[in-house]
Amino acid sequence: MKTAEEIFNQLKEKFGNAIIELKTDKPVEPFIIVNPLEVDKICLFLRNDKDLQFDSLMNLSGVDDANGEKVKSSEGEEKGLETIKGGTLSVYYHLDSTKLKHKLTLKASTNREKPEVVTVTEAWKGADWHEREAYDMYGIIFLNHPDLRRILMPYDWEFGYPLRKDYKNPEFYQGMKVPY
Amino acid sequence: MGLLDQEFTESNIVIAKTEDLFNWARLSSLWQVGFGLACCAIEMMATSASHYDFDRFGVIPRPSPRQSDVIIISGTVTLKMAIRVKRLYEQMPDPKYVISMGSCANCGGPYWEHGYHVLKGVDRVIPVDVYVPGCPPRPEALLEGLLKLQEKIRNESIVKPNKSGFVGKSA
Repeated sequence: MKTAEEIFNQLKEKFGNAIIELKTDKPVEPFIIVNPLEVDKICLFLRNDKDLQFDSLMNLSGVDDANGEKVKSSEGEEKGLETIKGGTLSVYYHLDSTKLKHKLTLKASTNREKPEVVTVTEAWKGADWHEREAYDMYGIIFLNHPDLRRILMPYDWEFGYPLRKDYKNPEFYQGMKVPY
Repeated sequence: MGLLDQEFTESNIVIAKTEDLFNWARLSSLWQVGFGLACCAIEMMATSASHYDFDRFGVIPRPSPRQSDVIIISGTVTLKMAIRVKRLYEQMPDPKYVISMGSCANCGGPYWEHGYHVLKGVDRVIPVDVYVPGCPPRPEALLEGLLKLQEKIRNESIVKPNKSGFVGKSA
């Protein structure tokens, strides 16, 4: 059993700059911020190392941090509509070791304009559908993912990613009125 | 005991209007599409089970829309599902009826404002005969809905409407 601090130091030693920060000042459990383009290697290590043995990915979820600049459109049909420029989208990983009984939370932030995170399906097969959901809801692209399609919304949904904070629902979808 | 059992002293002929006979036959064996969408479907299944016994009204789930008379929209209709619901309805032979069960199917229910994925009422894609309110409605409510539908069918006419669009002689 290891604490987040011990795991952070171990990772820092092995991966250097890819391990960005250990956050302990939030009211939630401590979490480690990592580089989104190296999260696959980090996760494989977390799974395989004999002192860590994170054999279970309990959850993987996307988050819209909405920390960019809020821009109000001033022309045309979209007048007054607020969109967010810049800032980040994040992916949180909740890991568990069923053998060593310890848990760990990772966070990978990627920029909103081109959100790319490397897939962790190589470490945990279950990440496949979780990542498809994060793609479906937030538009986060998981590089090297075996089958990155929408999972809940219709395949032909072309109105964006519904859980983004600046999402706007369409008036019509396939001839059906969408708003109440 | 059947409806006409032991009502006659000897063999006899019953004279009735074709319309009444048709309507009686239709309302007494409403076969439903074996299909459910969400939590309302659990109540619908409970209605079919022994305690509430949907079968006593002639309602039996059929595995194919082509053998069905009524479709009970039991739950949230997502935009993705709405297309399939419409197709199921179109595959049913006439005469066909629709019961919209629960708030979601009636008007979007709790998803009315922020449900980016929900159709706000199944009547936006298919015509509904009876709306059953509730979230989810109790089996008694669904039974009431069915009785309302039976009442509607009992008063249907097979006569061709005249030019004014009304059935029967125009004044």
